Amino acid sequence: MRPQEAVERALAASTADDCIVIASETHSANVRWANNTLTTNGVTRSGDVTVVSIVNGGSVRAASLSRSGVDGSDLVALVEASRAEAETAPVADDAAALVTTAPSPDWDAEPGDTSVRDLGGVAEGLAEAFEQARGRNEARYGYAEHAVTTTYLGSSSGLRLRDLQGDGRLELTGRSADGRRSAWSGLRAATAEGLQVSRLERDVAQRLDWSRRTIEVPAGRYDTVLPPSAVADLMVETYWSMGALDAHEGSTVFSRAGGGTRVGESLTDRPLSLHSDPSMPGLACTPFVTAAVSSRLSSVFDNGLPLGPVDWIKDGRLAALLQTRHSATVTGLAVTPYVDNLTLVGRDASGGTDELVAGVERGLLLTCLWYIREVDPQSLLLTGLTRDGVFLVEKGEVVGAVTNFRFNESPVGMLRRVTAVGQSEDTFAREFGDYFTRTRMPALRVADFNMSSVSQAS
Amino acid sequence: MGRPVDPAFTSLPLAALADAALTRARELGVDHADLRVERIRTGDVVLHDARLETSHDDDEHGLAVRVVHNGSWGFAGGVVLTPAAAVGLAEEAVEIARACHPVATERVELAAEPACGDGTWVSSYDVDPFDVPMSDRIALLTDWSQRLLASATVRHADARLRHVRENKFYADTAGTMTTQQRVRLQCQLTGIWVDDESGRFESMRTLAAPVGRGWEWLTGDLHDWDGELAELPELLAEKAAAPSVEAGRYDLVVDPSNLWLTIHESIGHATELDRALGYEANYAGTSFATPDKLGTLRYGSPGMHVTGDRQAEHGLATIGWDDEGVAAQTWDLVRDGTLVGYQLDRRIAAATGAGRSNGCAFADSPLHVPIQRMANVSLQPVAGGPSTEELIAGVDNGIFIVGDKSWSIDMQRYNFQFTGQRFYRIRGGALDGMLRDVAYQATTTDFWGSMDAVGGPQTYVLGGAMNCGKGQPGQTAPVSHGCPAARFRDVRILNTLTEAGS
Repeated sequence: MRPQEAVERALAASTADDCIVIASETHSANVRWANNTLTTNGVTRSGDVTVVSIVNGGSVRAASLSRSGVDGSDLVALVEASRAEAETAPVADDAAALVTTAPSPDWDAEPGDTSVRDLGGVAEGLAEAFEQARGRNEARYGYAEHAVTTTYLGSSSGLRLRDLQGDGRLELTGRSADGRRSAWSGLRAATAEGLQVSRLERDVAQRLDWSRRTIEVPAGRYDTVLPPSAVADLMVETYWSMGALDAHEGSTVFSRAGGGTRVGESLTDRPLSLHSDPSMPGLACTPFVTAAVSSRLSSVFDNGLPLGPVDWIKDGRLAALLQTRHSATVTGLAVTPYVDNLTLVGRDASGGTDELVAGVERGLLLTCLWYIREVDPQSLLLTGLTRDGVFLVEKGEVVGAVTNFRFNESPVGMLRRVTAVGQSEDTFAREFGDYFTRTRMPALRVADFNMSSVSQAS
Repeated sequence: MGRPVDPAFTSLPLAALADAALTRARELGVDHADLRVERIRTGDVVLHDARLETSHDDDEHGLAVRVVHNGSWGFAGGVVLTPAAAVGLAEEAVEIARACHPVATERVELAAEPACGDGTWVSSYDVDPFDVPMSDRIALLTDWSQRLLASATVRHADARLRHVRENKFYADTAGTMTTQQRVRLQCQLTGIWVDDESGRFESMRTLAAPVGRGWEWLTGDLHDWDGELAELPELLAEKAAAPSVEAGRYDLVVDPSNLWLTIHESIGHATELDRALGYEANYAGTSFATPDKLGTLRYGSPGMHVTGDRQAEHGLATIGWDDEGVAAQTWDLVRDGTLVGYQLDRRIAAATGAGRSNGCAFADSPLHVPIQRMANVSLQPVAGGPSTEELIAGVDNGIFIVGDKSWSIDMQRYNFQFTGQRFYRIRGGALDGMLRDVAYQATTTDFWGSMDAVGGPQTYVLGGAMNCGKGQPGQTAPVSHGCPAARFRDVRILNTLTEAGS
């Protein structure tokens, strides 16, 4: 069954007072490699349907059920089960009028596709990279994936919205045969053509080269250059911690003592802005709310709500938090729902990672961060590890590799210690790229970055 | 026990799908082919301050064909459960294997496994939570949330329930055909205290573990929910009023509710042979416990005995056969403090000459390829060993840690840092009030080497997680870890406020 047909048939079958249907189809292809050989792979086609039934017998109640691989009779059963659950559900605190907007002009268009053939370029690039790595007594490891997700959102209020998103990623790890040297680089591209191994190989080879000389330094606080990938992980975690309800209730770093949120407060003197925009060129993402469930950060009633540009932090000042229409009412702030891309921009940005390194008298250059977990939500203290190469910088130049470290840092507290900001560039967050791929970040130079202890990992 | 597999699953055309896919794969000349058909139902209920925030039931169906063709893997998955679709997936799997072959220089061989014919296995549970009306599930969490909110200490209360029913059908070209069903559930409640004047807040969460059980875990006498909910507000109040820890080195007594996660990260993942061989180097990482150290690496003190199993009753990784048709087993990973074993799938077993896989292949979805996933990895108690009180009595200057919270470990499983739900100061062999802002940080072999006493069976608890991540594309797996309480000497304790620079 075509997803549009699933939407129409479900809406037609619904006996609830209102109904929202989200039908999405994802086609993906992936390939993995290790020790200079391709390992596992996969090509998949999935499709699922979510039915949200809303009943209004004086108070509004809702229920959401999802199912993959539905045929005609399954669909009617799903619609009926959803209505039955809504009848006995508690009152929905986030109830709001359903959204009405003009239908997408491409509503009738077929879902997008991808196939393993789209990764042919990756395989060719790898054949060459493997051969060169063998010649240097090194090995390559990594992953490439391209997926196309097409979403069809319909409602009894007349919504008929279609959205297509392509999303690809490529990651490359290089290791010396003795396992003592390790380097990583990654990228995100909307199309399979953008997944070019050669774009990463140079970075990996350079870092492996830098690692030939190793220098011992102790744990401590260092003048540290974080490349865009590391900044992306820290900013994505910060973004995910921006829930308006939790801030309003006093349980996050963005809560104000005595009640309310810190919106309007300065987080740093630096003119840094954290920003989302579904129409950002190269990082475009779904321009309307799709919410299969309600939660602290989402409301099924907001489905179809148009998304626009948002400054979460504007010139160093906290400007907005993640909202639903419901939470915006509770907090008295603007309706600024979650948007699936994120960029950090410095108004005083200059150069890139190399230029920031050039300004360091003695400090560290990271590759990326890993195993980042919240330790204390009060300060948003995070712990985690540096991974795949940390380099000692002296008089503006990389002089060799040091050990990896465990860090303990708050990305919010860290913003006050930023001493230089590079130009923002498209990057791939090493850790959170599994869940959040569209990031454009600068390199940051941070004073006194807290390397809590040495990790022997190499 | 003796429960039937859900008829809605067995009524799917399982044998016809297997015949269609495997026949086509054989025609295309595969070395091996297998078909999985799965149905995974996941129920979620989330309440905040006793008000419903999230309720969702997800019902995933799908099938996948995996082949080894001319020594290369091929995998294709979809959601259409017809023989024609199964044939199409077999063809696609062979196509991708052919496409990858020129760059796949390592020939895939699978360790032999006796064909099991037609097998059925159902996990041990009484009541499938999906047989409990959603309104009843919500009502239970509402009642429990209200109990917490009745205390003046608890400003906010979160309640979360997730339960899963997983059906798997597996058939391969060697003649194994299995049909399985398992049920698992996790329920957690958290109380939050907020001080308006200072803006300080603290939280305290229930300790009940996720389990391979049904609704009876919440309503029967298997776990003392009433007791946990009753004491949680006063524990939270005590933590809120507790002094901040002084960073330094302390002896630790670690409760099983915390230690299971340290076992998971520093032993469970480190003894995955695919990691040790580099297959996860780009993602989950590698392992310091490399095969050249098998039989010689001093993992910890002589009292350390760690097993892997897929057989513990109510274990989250427990199963009849894994996703390669390998029957469930139990084996040693660490014996008398020495590394003696690994977790295997059939490919790594063959590649390393291990002979037979110990059954650790698992895929979290019909759309994902099986990879080596964690068995139940458990620290064995010492027969006649000490109680928790006796362990504490042997500490002059230390900390007793209860409940898991934050966790992080490096890419080779050396350096870890954990926090917890509550921390008690130990002075002169007795508890002396709570502390807050505590984290412990160590290197794996130093930590396990510092374990000078292992608790007895009376302290043993089966803990675990529903959300262990590994692989690309990312997969999550449920896994249990049993352990007794244990004592560790001279461990580095951090103050998390100091770490944050405040």
